[in-house]
Amino acid sequence: MQATHASETYNDRVVRQFSIMTIVWGLVGMTVGVLIAAQLHWPALNFDLPWLSYGRLRPLHTNAVIFAFGGSALMGTSFYVVQRTCHTRLFSDGLAAFVFWGWQLVIVLAAVTLPLGLTQGKEYAELEWPIDLLIAVVWVAYAIVFFGTIVKRRVPHIYVANWFYGAFILTVAVLHIVNSAALPAGLTKSYSAYAGAVDAMVQWWYGHNAVGFFLTAGFLGMMYYFVPKQAERPIFSYRLSIVHFWALISIYMWAGPHHLHYTALPDWAQSLGMAFSLMLLAPSWGGMINGMMTLSGAWHKLRTDPILKFLIVSLSFYGMSTFEGPMMAIKTVNALSHYTDWTIGHVHSGALGWVGFITMGSLYALFPRLYGLKGMWSTRLIEWHFWIATIGVAAYAGSMWIAGVMQGLMWRAVNPDGTLTYTFVETLKATHPYYAIRLTGGLMYLTGMAMMAWNVFKTIQMAEKPAPSPVLMPHASHL
Amino acid sequence: MSSFWSLYIVLLTVANIAAAWWLIRWTAKPRKGEVAATETTGHVWDENLTEYNNPMPRWWLYMFYLSIVFAIIYLALYPGLGNFRGLLGWTQVNAYEAQMTQAAQTYDPIFHQYGATDLVALSKNPEAMTTASRLFANNCAACHGSDAHGGPGFPNLTDGDWLYGGSPETIRESILKGRGGVMPTFGPILGEEGVHDVAQYVVSLSGRPADPIRAAAGQQKFAMLCTACHGPEGKGTPALGAPNLTDNIWLYGGSVDTIEQTIRGGRQGRMPTHEALLGADRVHLLAAYVYGLSHRDDAPAP
Repeated sequence: MQATHASETYNDRVVRQFSIMTIVWGLVGMTVGVLIAAQLHWPALNFDLPWLSYGRLRPLHTNAVIFAFGGSALMGTSFYVVQRTCHTRLFSDGLAAFVFWGWQLVIVLAAVTLPLGLTQGKEYAELEWPIDLLIAVVWVAYAIVFFGTIVKRRVPHIYVANWFYGAFILTVAVLHIVNSAALPAGLTKSYSAYAGAVDAMVQWWYGHNAVGFFLTAGFLGMMYYFVPKQAERPIFSYRLSIVHFWALISIYMWAGPHHLHYTALPDWAQSLGMAFSLMLLAPSWGGMINGMMTLSGAWHKLRTDPILKFLIVSLSFYGMSTFEGPMMAIKTVNALSHYTDWTIGHVHSGALGWVGFITMGSLYALFPRLYGLKGMWSTRLIEWHFWIATIGVAAYAGSMWIAGVMQGLMWRAVNPDGTLTYTFVETLKATHPYYAIRLTGGLMYLTGMAMMAWNVFKTIQMAEKPAPSPVLMPHASHL
Repeated sequence: MSSFWSLYIVLLTVANIAAAWWLIRWTAKPRKGEVAATETTGHVWDENLTEYNNPMPRWWLYMFYLSIVFAIIYLALYPGLGNFRGLLGWTQVNAYEAQMTQAAQTYDPIFHQYGATDLVALSKNPEAMTTASRLFANNCAACHGSDAHGGPGFPNLTDGDWLYGGSPETIRESILKGRGGVMPTFGPILGEEGVHDVAQYVVSLSGRPADPIRAAAGQQKFAMLCTACHGPEGKGTPALGAPNLTDNIWLYGGSVDTIEQTIRGGRQGRMPTHEALLGADRVHLLAAYVYGLSHRDDAPAP
C-alpha cells in the first residue's frame, strides 16, 4: 500500500449515488424496452392509452437507457476514475452534488414529458427546450468538476482513461448545444433553428456523435480504467492509445451523413460520411485491441472471474459493432440495411453488448470498493447474470439481423413484370416471429439486470457505513 | 455551393486525412530514448495502473493505411471534395434516372400492350390480372384492403355499388385523376335536434326501423338541405359522388351514431390521383382489375 495524504479523502459519496442510480435507471429503461418490444409483437399492449403508445415510449426507452443508465454510469465512474488517477479529491463537492441531483431531475422530467407527448422530434434529443437548458447547465458543471480535478492532479501525466472521459464531456457539450438550438413557442413547444436537409444533417451530426462520444469514447474511458485494474496487467500499448484516441475523435466527427444515404442530403456530404466511416474501423478496433491484449497473460483469470468475462465480452461486442458500422455505412450495403431491423440489431449489439456489459463489469468491480468490501455478495450470481445476458444479446441481435436482411431483400424483390413481389404488410408478417425472439432476448437481458440489482442490494446491506478512503500519494517515480 | 465553402470542405477533409496518415507514421516509428516494448512507460497511477509501449499490430496498421487509401480513391472518383464532381461524374440523381430509364425500357412494353387492350377483355386475361393484383396490393390495398373490401371511409370495390359509377371508363377516370367527395357540415345549420331528425329519416330510407315522428320531421329538412346532392329520393348522384342512401351500403358506417356524426361534422373523402405515379397504362390495367372484382363470371349478380 502506498502512503496516503493524511487529511484528504476521495469523494466517493457522489460515485455511490450515481452507481446506485445506474442500476435503478437500467432496470427502468430496460423494462420500458421490453414493453415496447412486446408491443411490436402484441400491439394491443398499448391498451389504447396515448401515454403507453409505442411512439411515446420508444424515446422514453432510448433516453432512459442512454442518458439515465449510461449517463449515470459515465458520470459516476468518471468521478471515481479521475480522482484515483489524479491522486486528488474532486474539484468541488458542491458542484458534484449539483451534477448528481441536476442529472436526476433531467431524467425525471424526461420520464414525465415524453409519455405526455412533449417532444422536439429529434432522435436522442427529444427533450423540449427548458429541459435542454437544464442539461446544458448540469453538463457545464460536470465539465468544471472533471477538468477542475484534472487541473489539480498530483501526477504529471494524465491517464488515458481521462483523455476519453474528457473528449466525451467536451464533445457532448458542443453537440447538445448546437443540435438543440431552437426557437421556443411556449414552455412545451419549440421549433428547430435549422430547416430541411440542414436540420437533418445537424441532427445526425449530433446523433452519430452521441454514439461516438457518449456511447464509445465515454465507455472507453471506463474500459481503460477497469480492464487493467481487474486484470492486474499493464495497458498493452501506450502508443496505440495515442493513435486510436486522436484518430477516433477526429474521424468520428464526419460520420453522421451515413444516416442520410440516398436522401435529399447533397452527394458530397454522403460521400464524405461514407469515406470517413470506413476510416473509422481501425481507430475503433485500436481500443478493442488495447483492451483485449491487456488481458493477454491473464487469460486464466477468465475461468474464475465473471467480472473479467463481462469486460472481455463487451470488448468483443465493441469490435463486432464497430466492424458492422463501417460496413453498413457503405452506400451499397446501406441501400439494403437502411430502415430495416438490421439497424436495430446493430444498435443493440453495441448498446447491450458493449455499453451494457462494460458498465456491468465495471460496476461489479466498483461496488465492493465503494463499500469497503472484498467482493460482491455473490460471485455465482454474477456468473448467472453474465450467461443469461450473453444469450439474451445473441438472441436479440441475431433475430434482428436476420429480420433486417430479410426485410431489405423482400422490399427490393421485383417480379418479371416490374411489380414489387411483396407488399409491406407481408414483410411485417414475415418479421413477426423474429419480434418474439427479440422480446425473449430482451427479457433475458432484463432478468440479468434484475439479478445485478439484487446482488448490489445484498452487497450494500452487507457493508458497514463506508469509511472515506484517503487519497493515495502518487507513486514514488512521480515525486 | 460557393467556392469559399467548397475550399473550406476540401481543406478540412484533406487536412484530417493527412493528419491521420501522419499520426500513424509518426507514432509507429520507434524514437530515441523510448522504453523497450517489454517495459512499462514508467508512469504509475492509482497504485498499479501502468502501460506497456508495445508496437501497434502490423495487420492493424495496414488495415488503417488501406482504409485511408480507399477513402482517397473514393473521394477522387465520387463527389465529396466540395464542388469537385469526382472523376466518374456520378450523381445520385443521375443514378436514379438511369435506373428508372432502364426499368421503363424493360417493363413499359408489357404495360403498353395492356394499355392498348380493351378494358373488359383485359379483365378476363389471367396473366394481366396477376400483374394487376400485384399493382393493387402495393398501391391500393393500404386503403381498400388486400381483399378490396374497403373499410370505414374507403369503398368496397367488390360489391357492384359505385359512388361515381361503375363503367370501365369511370373507374379508369377515378384512378387516373382521383376523386374528392365532400359532405358539408350540417351541425350548425340543423342544430342537435335537427341532426337527430334527419338521421332517423336517413335510417328509414334504407328500410330500417326508425323513430316515425323524428323521421317525418327529418324528411322536411332532408328535402330542403340534402336533395341537391343525394336526390329527392335519396338515391344519390354519381356525377358528384353523392352516395345512394337507400341501399344500406355505407361508406363511413350505417349506425345511427355514425350517420349523425356524418351529418353533424361532414366528411372529406379523397381518392388520390395516380396519373403521375403509375402512368396511363398501369392505371388502365388496374381499372380492368377493379372492374373485374365485381364482374366475376362466377359471382352472383349484384
